[in-house]
Amino acid sequence: MSNTGFEILLNSKTWLRLIEGLWVTLRISLITVLISVVLGLILGIIASRKNLFGRVLCRVHLETVRIVPQLVLLFVAFFGLPRLYNIQISAESVAIMVFAFWASGEMGDLVRGAIISIPPHQTQSGLALGLANRQIFTYIILPQTVRRLIPPAINLITRVVKTTSLVSLIGMVDVFKVGKQIIDFNRFEYPGGAFWIYAVIFFLYFAICYPISKLSRRLEKRWKI
Amino acid sequence: MALLQIKNITKNFGDVVALDGVSLDVEAGEVVVLLGPSGCGKSTLLRCVNGLEEINSGEIIFDGNNITASGTDWRLVRQKIGMVFQSYELFPHLNVLENIILSPKKVLKVPAEKAVREAETLLARIGLSDKIKAFPRELSGGQKQRVAIVRSLIMHPRILLLDEITAALDPEMVREVLDVVLKLAKGGQTLLIVTHEMEFAKVVADRVVFLDKGKIVEISTPHEFFNEPKTERAEKFLNIFKFDNANI
Repeated sequence: MSNTGFEILLNSKTWLRLIEGLWVTLRISLITVLISVVLGLILGIIASRKNLFGRVLCRVHLETVRIVPQLVLLFVAFFGLPRLYNIQISAESVAIMVFAFWASGEMGDLVRGAIISIPPHQTQSGLALGLANRQIFTYIILPQTVRRLIPPAINLITRVVKTTSLVSLIGMVDVFKVGKQIIDFNRFEYPGGAFWIYAVIFFLYFAICYPISKLSRRLEKRWKI
Repeated sequence: MALLQIKNITKNFGDVVALDGVSLDVEAGEVVVLLGPSGCGKSTLLRCVNGLEEINSGEIIFDGNNITASGTDWRLVRQKIGMVFQSYELFPHLNVLENIILSPKKVLKVPAEKAVREAETLLARIGLSDKIKAFPRELSGGQKQRVAIVRSLIMHPRILLLDEITAALDPEMVREVLDVVLKLAKGGQTLLIVTHEMEFAKVVADRVVFLDKGKIVEISTPHEFFNEPKTERAEKFLNIFKFDNANI
């Protein structure tokens, strides 16, 4: 059999290293998602309120993260800010802050959209039953918001997972970077290894994202309104 | 003293005058039906009584208290003034039972078991015991509206406001909802009803109030109103509902 590079996958060290890289990807994604969901809920609630100041602030935030590519945000935060303010932050912290800054903006807009899509009559109906505004929000608006939020939020979460691959450009070794390193290291021994490594990386991303979207479909079905 | 006294209230939406000096008393146990062309202010009047719209002038006295005075806790008032809407507005993420017991549990702090028992009794009365665990999406329009009525009733409102509650229903479902209302009326529940169902109004009303352009044009008994309306405007309105060859 000719050397297709497949042998690269038979080396257990390849897998160990890939898993190590995958853990970095997962860790950054998980922390980013947690922060973004909490911040996004808060931002979305503020954006759906009447307060003009809060609304404008959310809007500016959202437009910023929409217009500026995540890579630019990442570079500005990683290469620009430390120089400007003479502070040292680890690449991982910078990555999480930048991704959370981006994803919470997008999440906030999803939350806002979900809240304002609930008919105002639901609130009035709650008022007519004597419920307080806080109770209406807790028992009527919020549960419906969460249900409406599931599909777009899951979509955003998978985008976060995929976007974390940018961290290799600020010197972090995530699953993507590990793959590149393995390929570079074996360039002469297994020139065809690149295909297999990227195939495995493809599969690993799939293995993370597929269960998430599967879960989303289950929740959607259970919470059908 | 009347349970509800509406005294010379006005309500504007920008330049549009929705209510123009409306006064009306509703006695406890009385059923008052508001009739009039669309846009005449009937629904606005109900919404003002429930505090969903703020009035511009006049006052509303409920059970001896001026509820339009500043500093009114509408939450307390609304516990005694129930309202059912045209679009039912059941909470879609809660099942029938949860929809009904939410407000007694959270507002009146009734123990859950007691609220459940009362909900079961009320559901049995409207023939929907088998739907207790159903979600609103699984109910027909008429069933939803009956549940919405029960959801208001469990708060034991002194007066119940019904805002065109059959307007969004298919004709064959109108009847089942109106039967529930009729039963309530016979049971002594004070009702203030906005409807377009003339035949129903005839049967259920103690008094008919006819509004036009934000003003009360006439108040009479249903018999008087439907047989010999006092005003030309009311007569014209009633003719809309009559089909005869002469008009075609």
